[in-house]
Amino acid sequence: MTVLQVIFLITAVVTLGGAVMVVTARNLIHAALWLILTLFGVAVLYGLLNATFFTVIQVVIYIGAIAILMIFAIMLTRRVKQEAGSSVNKGWWLAGLMSLVLFTALVWMFSTWSGFQTTLPVMPANVDTIKVLGTALVSPNGYVIPFEIASVLLMAALIGAVVVAWERKS
Amino acid sequence: MISLSYFLVFAAALFCIGLYGVLARKNAIAILMGIELMLNAVIINLIAFWRFRSPEMIAGQAFAVIVFAVAAAEVAVGLALFISIYRRRNTIAADEIDLLKW
Repeated sequence: MTVLQVIFLITAVVTLGGAVMVVTARNLIHAALWLILTLFGVAVLYGLLNATFFTVIQVVIYIGAIAILMIFAIMLTRRVKQEAGSSVNKGWWLAGLMSLVLFTALVWMFSTWSGFQTTLPVMPANVDTIKVLGTALVSPNGYVIPFEIASVLLMAALIGAVVVAWERKS
Repeated sequence: MISLSYFLVFAAALFCIGLYGVLARKNAIAILMGIELMLNAVIINLIAFWRFRSPEMIAGQAFAVIVFAVAAAEVAVGLALFISIYRRRNTIAADEIDLLKW
């Protein structure tokens, strides 16, 4: 086993364990904290894949913004009665079964694909991935239109969130 | 040597755990957390395919950036909706929000 494999396996076990806790923890605050652990694990995997830019934005956007926003929303919508009952609905076993079937089907489909065992290619030398990504996102020959549409979407979400959550005093 | 299969199987597992959370949990915010797990699995897949299949092209990373933006927008609007629903109906349990159910 190489060092990379050991790091991957440890991170994968911690991340998947955290993910299982996210969907099973009764206390929502605990679920949110497990979510933060899971997101950190995913950030480590981005690092393993040489996508350092994504490691940073995973920590800044997912952990710094989304997870904290969720904790705020949980605190704003707490109810004592609700936490006494079951945290899953009646069809939870069906959901678990469907997830297992989907997982088995996905792994089986991957294993029949010829590129499944592709080994890690060497990164092209003298290429600054972050610089290339930044250029591609704003270049007319690259992805400027998806990038601009994403900006419009974020703006719409910003205004929409304010409008939806606004408390109207009648 | 680490191969693409590691990341694909990991992302599939993360996606399926998130799917279970979306389908089984009662609380709407817990459902949103499941969606976050699923989106993370998708981003891992995009970046793994970029790294293993075409590290000289940037398309995989560009798409992953878009997925990030969509995830952030989705969470902001989703949580605003839940807070608004909580104010009106005093609950965010998905099975109690049945105003549109006949």
